[in-house]
Amino acid sequence: MNRNLILGAALSSLVLLAALVSFVWTPFNHAALDIPAKLQPPNAQHWFGTDHFGRDMFSMIMVGARTSIAVALVAVGIGMVLGIPMGLTAAARKGSWLDEFIMRGNDVVFAFPSLVIAILITAVFGAGAINAIIAIGIFNIPVFARITRGAALSLWEREFILAARVSGKGIARISAEHILPNVANLLIVQGTIQFSLGILAEAGLSYVGLGAQPPTPSWGRMLADAQTMVSFAPHLALIPGVAIIVTVLGLNLLGDGLRDWLDPRIRVARA
Amino acid sequence: MLRYALKRLLSLTLSLAVASVVIFAVIEVAPGDPASFMLGVNAQADTLAALRAELGLDVSKVERYFNWVGGMLVGDFGTSYTYRTPVSQMIADRLWVSLPLALYALTLSTLIAFPAGIYAAARRGKPGDVAVMGATQLGIAVPNFWFAMMLVLVFAINLRWFNAGGFAGWEDGVWTGLHSLTLPAIALALPQAAILARVMRSALLDILAEDFMRTARAKGLSRRQALWRHGVRNALIPVLTIIGLQFSFLLAGSIIIEQVFYLPGLGRLVFQAISARDLIVVESVVMLLVFAVIMVNFLVDLAYAAVDPRLRSRT
Repeated sequence: MNRNLILGAALSSLVLLAALVSFVWTPFNHAALDIPAKLQPPNAQHWFGTDHFGRDMFSMIMVGARTSIAVALVAVGIGMVLGIPMGLTAAARKGSWLDEFIMRGNDVVFAFPSLVIAILITAVFGAGAINAIIAIGIFNIPVFARITRGAALSLWEREFILAARVSGKGIARISAEHILPNVANLLIVQGTIQFSLGILAEAGLSYVGLGAQPPTPSWGRMLADAQTMVSFAPHLALIPGVAIIVTVLGLNLLGDGLRDWLDPRIRVARA
Repeated sequence: MLRYALKRLLSLTLSLAVASVVIFAVIEVAPGDPASFMLGVNAQADTLAALRAELGLDVSKVERYFNWVGGMLVGDFGTSYTYRTPVSQMIADRLWVSLPLALYALTLSTLIAFPAGIYAAARRGKPGDVAVMGATQLGIAVPNFWFAMMLVLVFAINLRWFNAGGFAGWEDGVWTGLHSLTLPAIALALPQAAILARVMRSALLDILAEDFMRTARAKGLSRRQALWRHGVRNALIPVLTIIGLQFSFLLAGSIIIEQVFYLPGLGRLVFQAISARDLIVVESVVMLLVFAVIMVNFLVDLAYAAVDPRLRSRT
C-alpha cells in the first residue's frame, strides 16, 4: 500500500460518505430559507455558516456532493460503455477501414472540449444536469477509446492471444475474455482521472449556468452565487471551492495510487 | 516529410468537414425559427418571409450548410440574428480580448512550469521535489474560476492592486490592457502550469536516464551543465507538444474565466448569444474553437515529425 492510495481513498470516501449520508440526514434542510440567520460565518450551530438566504452551507455542500458525483460518475459510465468497445474493436481490426473510421471519428470528437459540447447542447436543448452529463460523457468517449485501443494493440501481438486464436476463438470472444481483463487496470485508473476531471467540468458548467439548475444544489452554482458577496462573506466562496479541491485531489491521488499499486513493474521499481 | 504533411493535411480537412457537419446538424435540431423568434408571435407573414430571405433561411438545409461553410472560408460568418451585424466582426472584436488572454496565460504557465519542473527533476526524491509535486497535485485540483475569485478577493478587493473585473481596452496602451488581463491570466495559467511542470519533470527524468547523459557526465560536465546542455533541450520535445495542446484548452477555458472578470471576450459573446437564441453566433464561435483545436493539433504533429523523423512513418 502506498501513501497516495491511502490518502486518496480516505478523501474520496469522505466525499462519497457525505453524499450518501445526505440522503438520510443533513444538519438542516438544505433548501430551508432562514433570512434572519443569513450570511453567518461558520459557527457552532452552522458549521460552514449560512448563505444569503440563511440556508445551511454544510447541508448544501453535502447535497451538492450528490450532484457532482452523480454527474461525473454517469459521464465516466457513458465514456466507458461507448469508448471501450470502440477501442477493442479498433484494436482487433487494426489497420482496417473500421479501425480508421472509429479512430478518426474519435479524433473529431476529441476536438470538442467538454465546455464547447456543453455550449452546443445547451444552446439547442437548454441548460440542465442531464445535458452537462451528456456533454462530459461525450468528451470521455474518445479518451477511453484511445486508451483501450493503445493498450489492446500490444496485447494482440502476445502469444497467449495467438493461442486463443489457434483454439478457434473469434475476435469478439478474445476481446471480451482475454483483452478486456488485461486492460481493466489501466481503464480503472483512467476512470478515476476522468471522474476527477468530470467533477471539475461539472463545477465549471454549473458555475456558468450550463449545469444543474436551481433548486438542485451544486458546488459550481454555489460559487456563482457567492461571487458578488465574496468581499463581505468570503466563506460562501471558500467552502464550495475547498469541497471541489478535496474531491478532485482525493480522486487524483487515488488514481495515482491505484496505478502504482496495480502496475507490478512500478511496485518493483519503487521497492 | 512532404508525404506525411499532405496526409495530415487531408485528415485535417476531413476532420474540419465532419466537425462542421456535426455542429450544423446539432444547431439545426434547435426548435423554432430564428426569424419568428426575432419578430415575435404577431409578425405578418410577408415580413417573416422577407426576414427569412434576408437571413438566408429560405433555402434548403443542404444549401444553407454550404452557404455557411462557403461563407466562413472567405471570412463571412453570416449576420447576427439579434444585433444585425456581421458575426465575423463580432468575433474579431472579442478575439482581441480572448486571444491575448490565452497567450498571456500560456506565457505565464510556461514561465512557472519550466523552472518548477526542472528543479523537481534535478532534485528527484528530495524534499524540494516532493514539495513541487505536492504543489502541482494541488494546482491540478483547483478549479481555475474559483482560484480567480480568490485572486479578486486578495488582489482586487483587499490590496486594490487590480480591478475586480472589466477590460480597459488596448486604446490606452498595451500596458493598461495587459494590466486588466493579469489576474485572469494567472487564474487560467495555474492549473496548466501544474500539468506542464509535471510533464517537464517526467520528460527530464526520462532523458536523465539516457546513455548520452552518462556520456556527457563522463566527458567531465558537471551535473548542472549536463542537465542544461543536454537534458533540458531534449526534454523540450514532449513539453512543446503539451504546450501546443494546452493553447486550445486555454482558449476554451478563457470562456469561463471571462465570466468571473466580466471580460468582453468570446465567452461573454457565446453566453449572450445562447440566452438571446442567436444560434448563428453560437454556431460560428463553436466552429472557430474547434478549428483552433484541430489546427493546433495539426501544427504540433507537423512540428513533432520535423524534429523526430521516426514519427513520419507511423500513422
